[in-house]
Amino acid sequence: MSESNLYPGLNLGDTHGEAHDQAETTVFGFWVFLMSDLIIFGILFAAYAAYLNPMGLAGGPGPNDLFDIKSVAIQTAFLLVGGVAYAGVSLGVKYKKGRAKLVAWLFLCAMLGTGFLFFEVKDFLSQASEGGTPQASGWLSAYWALVGLHGVHVFSGIMWILAMIGQIATRGIDDVVKVRLSMLGVFWHFLDLIWVGIFSFVFLVPLA
Amino acid sequence: MSGGTSPIFGNLDWNVTPYTDLLRDVNSSTIVGAGAASVLVLGGIATLLLFSWMRWWGPLYRNWLTSPDAKKIGIMYIALALVMLARGIIEGFVMRAHQATALGTLAQPEGGLVAPDHFAQLFSTHGTIMIFFVAMPLLIGLINFVLPQQLGARDMAFPVLNQVSLGLTAAGAGLIMISLLVGQFGTGGWTMYPPYTGKIFSPGEGVDYWLWAILISGMGSTLTGMNFAVTIFKERAPGMHFMRMPLFCWTSLCVAIMLIYAMPALTVSSAMLALDRYADFHFFTNDAGGNMMNYANIFWMFGHPEVYILILPAFGVFSEISSTFSGKRLYGYTSLVIASMSIAVISFTVWLHHFFTMGQSAGVNIAFGIATMIIGIPTGVKIYDWMATMWRGRVRITTPIVYLTGFFLLFVIGGLSGIILANPSIDYQVHNSTFLVAHFHNVIIPGVLYGMLAGIHYWFPKAFGFRLSETWGRRTAYLFVGGFVFTFMPLYVLGLMGMPRRSPTFQNPDFMPWMYIAAFGGVLMLCALASLTWTFWTSYRNRAALAVPGGDPWNGSTLEWSTPAPVPEWTFPCIPQVTARNEWGERKRAGDPWQAPAEYTDIEMPANTAHGLLIAIAAFALGFAMVWHIWWLAILSLLAIPGMVALRGMRVIEPTIIPAAEVEQADRRFRQQIASLTPVTRADEETERNRGVPDISEFAG
Repeated sequence: MSESNLYPGLNLGDTHGEAHDQAETTVFGFWVFLMSDLIIFGILFAAYAAYLNPMGLAGGPGPNDLFDIKSVAIQTAFLLVGGVAYAGVSLGVKYKKGRAKLVAWLFLCAMLGTGFLFFEVKDFLSQASEGGTPQASGWLSAYWALVGLHGVHVFSGIMWILAMIGQIATRGIDDVVKVRLSMLGVFWHFLDLIWVGIFSFVFLVPLA
Repeated sequence: MSGGTSPIFGNLDWNVTPYTDLLRDVNSSTIVGAGAASVLVLGGIATLLLFSWMRWWGPLYRNWLTSPDAKKIGIMYIALALVMLARGIIEGFVMRAHQATALGTLAQPEGGLVAPDHFAQLFSTHGTIMIFFVAMPLLIGLINFVLPQQLGARDMAFPVLNQVSLGLTAAGAGLIMISLLVGQFGTGGWTMYPPYTGKIFSPGEGVDYWLWAILISGMGSTLTGMNFAVTIFKERAPGMHFMRMPLFCWTSLCVAIMLIYAMPALTVSSAMLALDRYADFHFFTNDAGGNMMNYANIFWMFGHPEVYILILPAFGVFSEISSTFSGKRLYGYTSLVIASMSIAVISFTVWLHHFFTMGQSAGVNIAFGIATMIIGIPTGVKIYDWMATMWRGRVRITTPIVYLTGFFLLFVIGGLSGIILANPSIDYQVHNSTFLVAHFHNVIIPGVLYGMLAGIHYWFPKAFGFRLSETWGRRTAYLFVGGFVFTFMPLYVLGLMGMPRRSPTFQNPDFMPWMYIAAFGGVLMLCALASLTWTFWTSYRNRAALAVPGGDPWNGSTLEWSTPAPVPEWTFPCIPQVTARNEWGERKRAGDPWQAPAEYTDIEMPANTAHGLLIAIAAFALGFAMVWHIWWLAILSLLAIPGMVALRGMRVIEPTIIPAAEVEQADRRFRQQIASLTPVTRADEETERNRGVPDISEFAG
């Protein structure tokens, strides 16, 4: 395959041959999937905006009553540092750092993701205890659906990381695993991207 | 539905079948309901017995259900669609029969064959089935079968994912089917607008059947769109530049892009409605800040691109057949490409015309009205292009051309009534009337149904090795044209007379003559369905006489006609080098097109797997369990799906290798057969002399 057909971005490099060719089709397909996923988030963002008014709040608790911006900042830190940590995985694959290092970086990403989820769930629980359940108003339904869906994505990402650790342990770092690690990287960074949107539009805008 | 929810059986009990309704009260409505359930049960038993008797279970499992071959997946999609089409047409007929007997009086305002609630279920399932489980699988099936062959690709980019998509679609169709026997279907129409479909006004399982069928099959369609797009972008044969792709591939690309961007909207609106119903969220409720306008908005963000998802593959088919059966090159290739892409883009900017009357400002309505009228322009360009393709061509009146002619005449009328509806002030007068029903049937039947049936007729020999009977094919086509005219033209008139859509009864005797005409049209549609079935059966019986082993029965110009019929699993013995648009036609022009490749190599094919089948079973179980609140089964199947994906990920999966010697042997036999067959001229195309080797001196496409 010619040079122009190589998967763009942080690619696997010349020494990876076959995996490099596979990455072109498979990772491109995964990008397309994420674009579709992005539409889901886009519509939920729009829905959140549509319910963020007195009618949507319907007399229930509002952003000022429920949001704890410090906790949100901690979550942001966990998630973004988790994104940076994935660079360890990508570079580890590219420069063939060996199984142990890869698994260590993957484990670190999973831990940071879990830290994010811990604080997010803690927030959800405390909001629910203050009457901010999704059943309370249209706005809260939209809030829980959007932020909750992102949380489900992070959870899936952690499960995927664990599955990849399992694959590295059983089948080693073969071409298929390399391509999957590239896809997982795209997914993991995609979650950061969505979170930046959530942090800005869901939390900062109504508090501003 | 009585009592609480059982931990094991959920809300299921013995009172959910239509037979209990029949026992409780015998009338025409419960008889129709129990009859439909019996057709399902008896049909299921008959299929089981037939497959056991013929010992087909093994071959079905090995050759079909576990096959990741896009061609076979395509055929299975179409088979599924045709079964659902039968149900959809019969339901349509029952509705016509009902309205022809539904004239009420002041003393007795309700009448007719079926009860109002039953009628509401009929139009809801009819719409849901026809859009999601007939039109979608037909077009996805056809694209699956044709696209890789036209692109010069071995298979789809993701064959196993393709299997999963089929499985998810079939699971959704299964949920709709089982709703005939177990419980009721929703009564909110195919769009299931809340708040009527919320928990307060529609308790029970009906809306949930719709939701889970849509969520599950919608996921399948999203993945399919992704698969098509990646296949077109990455798997084209060397030299197959974008502007060399056959038009059908272009419309497939448009469909793929639209599926990727439109299906998520449906997933979101359905998931929100599900949250409202299952978890007491307030997206679309009347109280606590809910707003049903958001449902209409999000649903139609999907809904309008969807109608162009349906129509564009048909446009692709018409582009292929108008050229082939006129013996002419397609007129205005570039303009057709631009028009298809324009339609795909503009279709995302018109959704609001589905709810002009819901109270937004006049300025908003006007903007969307104008956008709606603009989308008529590229469609018009296409019609002129096809007519120009046929102009002064040597047109053979084959079945696909009958469909194309019917399409020309009728689709233009449907398009014009669409332009009328695009004017918000007129829309205020006729919205929610049968005028609208007539309009969308007028575009979907002549567009999608005729296009897909023409495509099935055109590519059938490639799939099974024999042509379909032209005589019966044409009869079917005439019946579908006549059936359409008689069924739906009266609905325009009725709509202008003030007949609301979805109305189980009416008290105006002036409607009756038109109702009778429409009911007669319904009879013709039933005849068309019978004739379609008979076409397949009679062609199967005459398959020896209709066989076309040469593989090119219509003197085509695109790559799929270069291979034998039926096409082998590997499609091409070696991936073709493309040098021109209409590659196969160019080779015909250059002389001997059937030259053997210089050398044969081993071919890698994806190995058969039960992955898609197992996921389909789990998805069906998930849907059924959610509908009936069988929580343990729902959790189990929800965990099973990612579990199966993860387990498959742990295994190293080796492709099947077809040795070069086997390919060479089959290919050499094909080339010898070509040399031994007598080429057939255009005039003899419909006779037994057509063995699939055309007279290439006649080729002019």
